[in-house]
Amino acid sequence: MLSWLPEGVSTYARDIDLVFYVIYYITGFVFVLVTVLLVWFLIKYRRQEGRPAVYSHGNTMLELVWTIVPAMVFITLSLVSQSTWARIKAFAPPGDVEVRVVAKQFGWEFHYPGPDGRFDTEDDKMFEGELHVPVNKVVRLYLRSQDVIHSVFIPNVRLKQDAVPGREILAWFEATKPGRYEIPCAELCGPGHSGMKGWLTVLSAEEYRQWVEAQWPAS
Amino acid sequence: MSEAGAAVHAEHEREGFVRHYIFSKDHKMIGRQFLFAGLVMLIVGGLLAMMIRWQLGWPETPLPITGLFSEEFWDGDSWLAQTLPYGTITSEFYNALFSMHATIMIFFVVVPIMVGAFGNFLVPIMIGARDMAFPTLNMLSFWTAVPAYILILLSFFVPGGAAAAGWTSYSPLAAVPDYLGVAGPWGVNLWCISLIILGFSSLMGSINYITTIVNMRAPGMTWFRLPLIVWAIFIVSILLLLAFPVLTAALGMLLFDRLFGTHFFLPEGGGDPLLWQHLFWFFGHPEVYILVLPAMGVTSEILPVFARKPIFGYRAMVYSMIAIAFLSWIVWGHHMFQSGMDPALGTAFTLTTMIIAVPSAIKTFNWLGTLWGGSIRFPTPMLFALGFVFLFTIGGLSGIFMASTPVDIFIHDTYYIVAHIHYVVAGIIFGIFAAIYYWFPKMFGRMLNETLGKIHFFLTFVFFNLTFFPMHFLGVGGHMRRIYNPLHYEFLEPLQGINVFISVMALCLGASQLFFLANFLWSLFFGRRASENPWQANTLEWTAPSPPPHGNFLTAPVVYRGPYEYSSPEVAEDWLPQTRRVEVASAGGHG
Ligand code: HEM
Ligand SMILES: [Cu+2]
Ligand SMILES: [Cu+2]
Repeated sequence: MLSWLPEGVSTYARDIDLVFYVIYYITGFVFVLVTVLLVWFLIKYRRQEGRPAVYSHGNTMLELVWTIVPAMVFITLSLVSQSTWARIKAFAPPGDVEVRVVAKQFGWEFHYPGPDGRFDTEDDKMFEGELHVPVNKVVRLYLRSQDVIHSVFIPNVRLKQDAVPGREILAWFEATKPGRYEIPCAELCGPGHSGMKGWLTVLSAEEYRQWVEAQWPAS
Repeated sequence: MSEAGAAVHAEHEREGFVRHYIFSKDHKMIGRQFLFAGLVMLIVGGLLAMMIRWQLGWPETPLPITGLFSEEFWDGDSWLAQTLPYGTITSEFYNALFSMHATIMIFFVVVPIMVGAFGNFLVPIMIGARDMAFPTLNMLSFWTAVPAYILILLSFFVPGGAAAAGWTSYSPLAAVPDYLGVAGPWGVNLWCISLIILGFSSLMGSINYITTIVNMRAPGMTWFRLPLIVWAIFIVSILLLLAFPVLTAALGMLLFDRLFGTHFFLPEGGGDPLLWQHLFWFFGHPEVYILVLPAMGVTSEILPVFARKPIFGYRAMVYSMIAIAFLSWIVWGHHMFQSGMDPALGTAFTLTTMIIAVPSAIKTFNWLGTLWGGSIRFPTPMLFALGFVFLFTIGGLSGIFMASTPVDIFIHDTYYIVAHIHYVVAGIIFGIFAAIYYWFPKMFGRMLNETLGKIHFFLTFVFFNLTFFPMHFLGVGGHMRRIYNPLHYEFLEPLQGINVFISVMALCLGASQLFFLANFLWSLFFGRRASENPWQANTLEWTAPSPPPHGNFLTAPVVYRGPYEYSSPEVAEDWLPQTRRVEVASAGGHG
């Protein structure tokens, strides 16, 4: 099933996919176990002449086992999830590139601070639907919304974060492979929600330098 | 039978048609009313789903109704021509379709059938009471729900169409009429008003169930001799009583934002969009257990009867339901991992969510334990109950993925969630079918046809899995939920084949329900007459005539034991009703 996953092209894509695989194998095992037992019991204990049902109200030992074992597995899964989650969402590394993303019905605006590295100054530049970033650099995104809630989703990067009006929310990623990747909106935002998307272009260091020069020539 | 028939008949004449069939105070009639209302809405919700699948399989292709009408008709300004231009689903209408599909299925089908219909029909009779504690309140509860039903259906026909902000109505999308981009604000307004009204109905119902179960149990019916379905309804009533007012308050605030310029959920006036999500999911997560606990109760009733074995771990079953009831209040944040809520909270909600999966696991294993060593028969109700166990296993396991915060980053708001929802919530429909096939004889005094029932089960089971399982693949592929046209995205193009497959299977799943409809309607009038206890079951409802007369029991029942004494060594038969007195030294059995 996991072969359907889009190719991961960020530093944390591998970590997310790893947790995905761990849970997949554990739940897959439980699913097979339960299904096999279910089918086996249904066949073995189907009604047969002369074989009455066992008169039993349960078994405390067994019940303790299937309370404690799942509890331990689930708590372990929370712990496994925790470190990856914290690294991705709670502790963003310092950004090499910073971009303000403004979501609106129905598109993304990508604002670059320009050579002075500060937002809301003369040399800011806005790109409608196009996000250009260098490979192997930390990109920080500051998400805002002008109207309703949208959600930045970059499947290949394994990034998803809602943009909420009235807040600025920080997200980050570090792309590991040059290429062009779609950025759909993942949160229902109105009649134009479907088709609201932009493009992430991951450039090599050299290409990125050229792109920056082309956008801010004089500096 | 003749005695009971005479009693029923006498009742008719005394009450008159209106008092008996319409403004009835008899819990059984009110239960039937809720059942019919819920089934009608099931058809409506199902048809909406068919349209959703049509659009996703063959985006922006006219529905096969276009040819039925002339060119002039489609050029005209009738409701149909405006809503579906030339038979094509627009993105505005599509958003209304999935919003209303979910709203109808959750609020107007599952809860009314499980709690309204079976809760009403079963609670008094299974605890040995003549009726509910407050029969008039019970009648009011149904008749308060009726305007809610009417308004939600009417909302399709107001200018701008029905609510289209999702069943979750996230704000500001839902709080500001202009954001939906439709011709009028009344879709979401009516959605709010209808659900507020429904909230009052459910409040009246839940108070009634709680009071009835606490006060009206027959002599000998101790708490730990209650059938598990009664426990489920009891716990669900408490959840409803506490959760629904939160939704009602939030809906009121939303309506104020829309109509009177308040800013509860709008940042420009100092409000907060996330406040809506917190309120909604604080209600919403208990709600999902409100949906599923009765189906678990139904399964726990049916498995012992047809395995001819006591339920495995009765007390563990009760305690796990109680645990679910408590834990369900502290997991709501798992719907908001990517919402902008503090990520540290996400960690806490992962832990609680993982823990709430434990009681669900216990229940599943106890059902397996019940089957172990049984003497299992497979009539239709048993097939559907087993189907529920299987689907619930998948739905519970898929929940584990989403409970894990990092994995949820990827699968949140994708078809993975849609797959999960349907394995649990649409899986509950299997619980509903199990209940209908099992209690139909008691409710209507006639048997459903077994052959049609089995055909219905096999088709439904196969097409259900072929419809919903591949949705996991779509989700893993990154396919967003709630999108109108998957072909708007390049990365989804390779997945379109799955969408087509799912749509074909979904249409087959819908068509399979005709077997049920035919069986239900035919058996209602011409089915074989049911005996008092056609399944040789232990619980009290089977000691009353089929259908039970007003007042339920010809003689007031006294309870001697728990509900699941099958294959007990105390008696020669393999069942031992709760009311039967056994003159043996060890009388009393378990429980
Ligand atoms: C047994 C363990 C379960 C776990 C661990 C679990 C976990 C979750 C999580 C984490 C989500 C949010 C996913 C997201 O939006 O990213 C979710 C969504 C949902 N769950 Fe469950 N769940 C479980 C059982 C159930 C049951 C029993 C039901 C219903 C009867 C249910 C109904 C739903 C629904 C309706 C949603 C989607 C709501 C929406 O966004 O529209 N779940 N579940
Ligand atoms: Cu959107
Ligand atoms: Cu939940």
